[in-house]
Amino acid sequence: MAIAPVVNRRDFLKTGAAGGVALVIGFHLSPSAFADQAAEQEKKTPNPFDAWVRITPNNRVTLILGKSEMGQGIMTALPMILAEELCVDWKQVKVQQAPTNPKVYDLGTGGSGSVAGSWLPLRRAGAAAREMLIAAAAQKWEVTTDTCKAADGRVVHGHPQRSLSYGELVEAAAKLPIPNLNTVPLKNSDDFTVVGHDTRRFEGRDKVTGTAKFGIDSRVPGMLFAVVARCPVFGGKVASFDATKTKAVPGVRDVIQFETSGRGASTTGGVAVLADNSWAAIQGRKALEVKWDEGPAAKESSTELHKQFLANAAKPGKVLRSDGDADSALTASPKKIEAVYELPFAPHACMEPMNCTVQIRPDGAEAWVPTQAPQWAQGVIAEASKLPPEKVIVNTTLMGGGFGRRYQADFVMEAAQIAAKTAGKPVMVLWTREDDMQHGFYRPASYHKLHGALDTNGNLAAWKHFQTSTSIAAKWSQKGADDPGLGEFGTGATLPYLTPNIRLEYTLAESSVPRAWWRSVEHSSSGFVVESFVDELAAAAGQDPLAFRLKLIGSDRKIPRFGEDKATPLDTARLKGVLQLAAEKAGWGKPLPKGVGRGIATFFSFNSYTAAVAEVSVKDGAVKVHRLVYAVDCGRPINPDGVRAQVESAAIYGLSAALHDAITIKDGRVEQSNFNDYEMPRIKDTPKTEVYVMMSKEEPTGIGEPGLPVAAPAVCNAIFAATGKRLRRLPIRTGDLA
Amino acid sequence: MAISFTLNGKAQSVDVSPDMPLLWVLRDTLNMTGTKFGCGMALCGACTVHINGEATRSCITAISSVAGKKVTTIEGLSADGSHPVQKAWMEEDVPQCGYCQSGQIMSAVALLSKKPNPTDTDIDDAMSGNICRCGTYQRIRKAIHRAASMQAGKA
Repeated sequence: MAIAPVVNRRDFLKTGAAGGVALVIGFHLSPSAFADQAAEQEKKTPNPFDAWVRITPNNRVTLILGKSEMGQGIMTALPMILAEELCVDWKQVKVQQAPTNPKVYDLGTGGSGSVAGSWLPLRRAGAAAREMLIAAAAQKWEVTTDTCKAADGRVVHGHPQRSLSYGELVEAAAKLPIPNLNTVPLKNSDDFTVVGHDTRRFEGRDKVTGTAKFGIDSRVPGMLFAVVARCPVFGGKVASFDATKTKAVPGVRDVIQFETSGRGASTTGGVAVLADNSWAAIQGRKALEVKWDEGPAAKESSTELHKQFLANAAKPGKVLRSDGDADSALTASPKKIEAVYELPFAPHACMEPMNCTVQIRPDGAEAWVPTQAPQWAQGVIAEASKLPPEKVIVNTTLMGGGFGRRYQADFVMEAAQIAAKTAGKPVMVLWTREDDMQHGFYRPASYHKLHGALDTNGNLAAWKHFQTSTSIAAKWSQKGADDPGLGEFGTGATLPYLTPNIRLEYTLAESSVPRAWWRSVEHSSSGFVVESFVDELAAAAGQDPLAFRLKLIGSDRKIPRFGEDKATPLDTARLKGVLQLAAEKAGWGKPLPKGVGRGIATFFSFNSYTAAVAEVSVKDGAVKVHRLVYAVDCGRPINPDGVRAQVESAAIYGLSAALHDAITIKDGRVEQSNFNDYEMPRIKDTPKTEVYVMMSKEEPTGIGEPGLPVAAPAVCNAIFAATGKRLRRLPIRTGDLA
Repeated sequence: MAISFTLNGKAQSVDVSPDMPLLWVLRDTLNMTGTKFGCGMALCGACTVHINGEATRSCITAISSVAGKKVTTIEGLSADGSHPVQKAWMEEDVPQCGYCQSGQIMSAVALLSKKPNPTDTDIDDAMSGNICRCGTYQRIRKAIHRAASMQAGKA
């Protein structure tokens, strides 16, 4: 099996023509997972040259993947959808990465939205292709289409049965009119043979034989390998440098200074050392003498940020939501509690460090990029090379992890800035682990003050949530620092728990630390805070944490998402469904060995419902997570085992930031550098994890991220159950449980 | 000066700086990219290869120290994924992003050569030098048990 990137549409068509005939089906994928579908539909102009399905005369079926594979299994899930409607044998299908062509593909891969956004469009594409093949067979046999059917890559008809392979039909089928995508018949889901069935990942063999090609494995004739010296202080610049010793290192070919790039893809600028191999480049950088102009951020630290949080929290924030009168209810309540939670910056720490390979010639550029955002990559290379975007070919490679980090284009822009100065020589810019750890876009650090009041019946009389954080919006939204901050609350702004009085307040904390989308984004903090505090309220009410949640979620209803008019509402029946399933599978309420505590948490994110039960013990101040039981409802699961894998993964990812380590700042720079001072969870830290997937028939929703927000609160609530101690500051530090 | 060693059963000679780590010789000089760079400090295990049968972090192994020795990389286990550990990995669908898996598999093969039927504790001890950011650890554990069964002829 080989994954040969389709380089561009021209070459794609050429390849198709060389293979005989290509059946091409075109439409636009919706630009966002949850876009208004009617409006989207109008924009979809079938274009026979925009392709999803390719069938050769010798019956080889290739499906085009319009999203990036970073481990989330999209290279399997999306082609499964096409294969289902196309009625082809999954085992014979090949998958090919789509080129950057914004007219056809929305390649951006993030927000756990790929399956949700592609489900209907890909079904329609596969169905349209199938109907055209059936129509071609019917014409050939001079029968009506309704007497023919498609199965396993063939169209069959009559008794005794006759059949033609798709390969035999494709030439005629490709010339037929394309069916109306709004009315093309879709398969009855009861007849699904691919979707909903456990399927091993398409590129699994490549990943166990070492033949899978990640960005870092790109090899281009004549290429140079580069590493960059960047100012360790955020926002700092090169004052001067001396490369005399660097140039004496064997294998070093060039030393190139480049400037900060401002627009969307912010790069640090710095000094690049280019060499014949990665190691020579790394040695050359060690020998480089750079004087930095550290700039105004050099005094920033996590200690100062914490002080800023405290100062912000001493004053009221901007009111983002106010139902009823939370302050009066709190004053009047016989039982009220208050708690403060704090979460640090968190790094993505993809196992494949950032890298990008670019070649810029006067007539065009080509790049090999492990990216979640190929179109953005194309744009920044065009900017750096002063070429029009259509002259820039971006080959999207496999990614050794993404988690949001590879939605950035900084590492692409930087490589392009350097490649623009190499007189046409291709160059790979490789980040070392230290570069990756210290020049990331981190999950924001945040501080939360919660107030809750209980009435005499143990119901929630008031909920007040003040947050101050180094928001993502301040850096990335159009409003910048004037963004009100609602996005920082995630589902915490909607709150599924019944209360007549709710108040949300926010204050932005200033910081030069770059931050952006980290796996599950704001829900990673919000899930911890909301689900910890609900647990505290349950304890204050003297109620079982599961029963208390179910009571406060209340009757079956759909709660509109606060502040997001068109977003899918939160369905309380589905939320209760996962809570009850996780509790049942975990044996909620049944006795546990001495010293072991059980905790529960639930959360709604990316339109999916998740609940987790953790079993935890604490010995000598160290937390041991024995077991995690998850229930998830992500609508119809395309590949149930893929869903389980994503939840297993999100659990460990969430626990890494809760139990293991943090990014801290001192003197304007990241204190951590590698896996010696940023500890990662290892196999010995891994609990037995069970994931139960609701076999729903609802529209599919996200699953790469929703497993994460419940991991930390389930574990911390279990620690409370085991020890009586509440942990409100992450990550848990030695001494917190002494 | 040329340094000679055996690479995946074949004689190999490279003319590079003697202190260049084996990892970069494999990846950049020989274009054998199955062995991965993760940390450069023997902290993550992505670069694990076998030297004379021992699991070794190639990122801190100077090429000069490899002279005359037998090096096995992921490419040397089997070209088609037919090694029992690779098969077990596919059957449990272990990889997610897959970047760390060459190193994980090389560590697992070395473990099984010493302990054909390892316990969970044996696995934790032998595999804790290999980081997987996707958190595939539970499946790694299952795959090692499965490979052990396969090698024992039980599956």
